[in-house]
Formats: sequence, C-alpha cells, structure tokens
Amino acid sequence: MKKTLIIAGIALIGLTNPISVYATDAVDKLLAEYSTVPAAENFSAEAGKNLWFQEFTDEKTGKIRQCTTCHTDDLRNAGKHPRTGKVIKPLAPSVNPKRLTNLKDIRKWLKRNCKWTLGRECTVQEKGDILTFIQTQ
Amino acid sequence: MMKTQLTSVILTCLLLTYALPLQADDDDDHIKAVNNEAYLKECSSCHFAYQPGLLPARSWQKLMATLEDHFGDNAELETDVQQALTDYLANNAADLSPDKFSKKLVRRLSEDKTPLRITEMPYFVHEHDDLSKKMVSGNPEVKSLSYCDKCHTRAGQGDYSENNIFIPGYGRWDD
Repeated sequence: MKKTLIIAGIALIGLTNPISVYATDAVDKLLAEYSTVPAAENFSAEAGKNLWFQEFTDEKTGKIRQCTTCHTDDLRNAGKHPRTGKVIKPLAPSVNPKRLTNLKDIRKWLKRNCKWTLGRECTVQEKGDILTFIQTQ
Repeated sequence: MMKTQLTSVILTCLLLTYALPLQADDDDDHIKAVNNEAYLKECSSCHFAYQPGLLPARSWQKLMATLEDHFGDNAELETDVQQALTDYLANNAADLSPDKFSKKLVRRLSEDKTPLRITEMPYFVHEHDDLSKKMVSGNPEVKSLSYCDKCHTRAGQGDYSENNIFIPGYGRWDD
C-alpha cells in the first residue's frame, strides 16, 4: 500500500511538472562542476533559451551567427552544417536520447561551438544555462 | 587433343594480356579506406572522412596543428585525440602509402608545397579539369569538388574509379 502511494506520488509530480527534464549523469556532473565556480548562479533554462536565439556578428565575415544557424529554431529538428551540408542529428534528448550522454563530447562541442558562434569561449554560467535549456527539449 | 591444349594456352595468354592490365588500371583509382574509429567519429560529424592517402604527411601535420581555424570552422580537439589522429593521418599519408593512387597524387606535387586542401593537389586538379561549372559549383546537389562522395558513389570505400562516378543531374561519367 505504502509502495503504491509512493509510486502514485511520483507519477503525480511527473504530471504536475510542466517541463520534462532529460537528466543525464554527464550533465549532472558538468553542472555540479560549474556550480563550484563562485561567479556561477543557479542555472536557468530561460537564460539558456535566450542565449540560444541570441545573434552574434562574426568579426571576419560580418555575418550573423547563432546556435540556430546550424541547429535550427527547434532542437527536435535535424540541423545542417552550413558549409558541408552534413546533417546534424537533433540536439533535443526527447527525440535523440544519445544526446547529453557523453561528457567528453559535451565539453568538446561547447568549446568549439561557443568559439565559432560567440567568438569566444562561453562562461561557466552560459554553459550551465545552455545545458539546462537543452535538457528541457 | 593437342589442338585443344594449344587453344587453351592461347586463350590463357590472351586473358592474361588483356584482363590483368585492366585490373591493374582499376587499382590505380583505389585508396586504402579509413580504418580508424576515432578519425571517423571526430571528422565525419562535419564532413566526408577524407582518406589519409589523399594528402602527404606534411599537409596533415599542418592541418592538424591549425584546427582552431579549420577552413573557417573551429574544429579543436583534446590534445590526446589530436595527437592520435595526427599520427594516424601522417602514418598513412600519400607519400608513405603503397597505393598507386596515392603515389600518383604525390608524384605531381613539388616538395616545397604543402597544400591543405586535396582540391589543390595538382593531380586532383588535372583529373577534374574536364568538369564544367554547371556540373559542380553551379550544381545545387554538388556545390564543390570538396564533397567527394556527391559524385564518387563509393568514395567512402576508397573507390574513385570511373565505373563509380555519378554526377547528380548528369548521370554516369565517362572520361
């Protein structure tokens, strides 16, 4: 009886929680690591979303760059490499459960893609926000 | 009996004369396929995994040392991965490869040149100079000579033979 209640309770929490979060060990570890940096505050999906859509101007080409350039507006869609046309599998863990599972890969792509898009490495706060946002997709 | 034997000898000779060179000729357009999982993973997430035998070792070394600006993209790797892939590329590079195709590629390249693009290899340029703009840069399904596998249907297997060329919108290619 007690067990049933607990299960029902968990199910209820699941239902009332408006956003599903696709938590993974890799992201948990990274967020915990980022949190140790004094400048980092609570990570927010909302701030991550804003960063996702923010436009940056590339110094060399003068062109606008943003996350959506390659990954599209909807993370559940497949994206496309702007130069080679190679398909980028969806980033959203809701449709692509392999995402956010490999710690090394997350570090690599955050580093590269922040440098390409923003022209610099992302701050710990930005990385935490972006990951928190992607987790909700 | 004697006559039959003679006929088969002649036939064998004929076969050897004609069939063997054909096969050898075919060999000229083949290159060792990529056989490194890390290389496939790291490089082909963005582009076709070019075989190491398409560029000399000095080109691969220079390219791998400048991944921060990789033709306008940031393709940085962790130091250990970068080193492992540089070793793989350099050890299997065109100037060290036993493949005839690789040998042809380096033969035309002067030693003081270190091209970063396969499309700048003189042999490559020579082999593609018959193609019109309409077929490549003006062809929305091809766009550039950099995308080997758009027309070389078995490029992933290291097969660049004429039998396996199909230009989208144009069809089979015969030189």
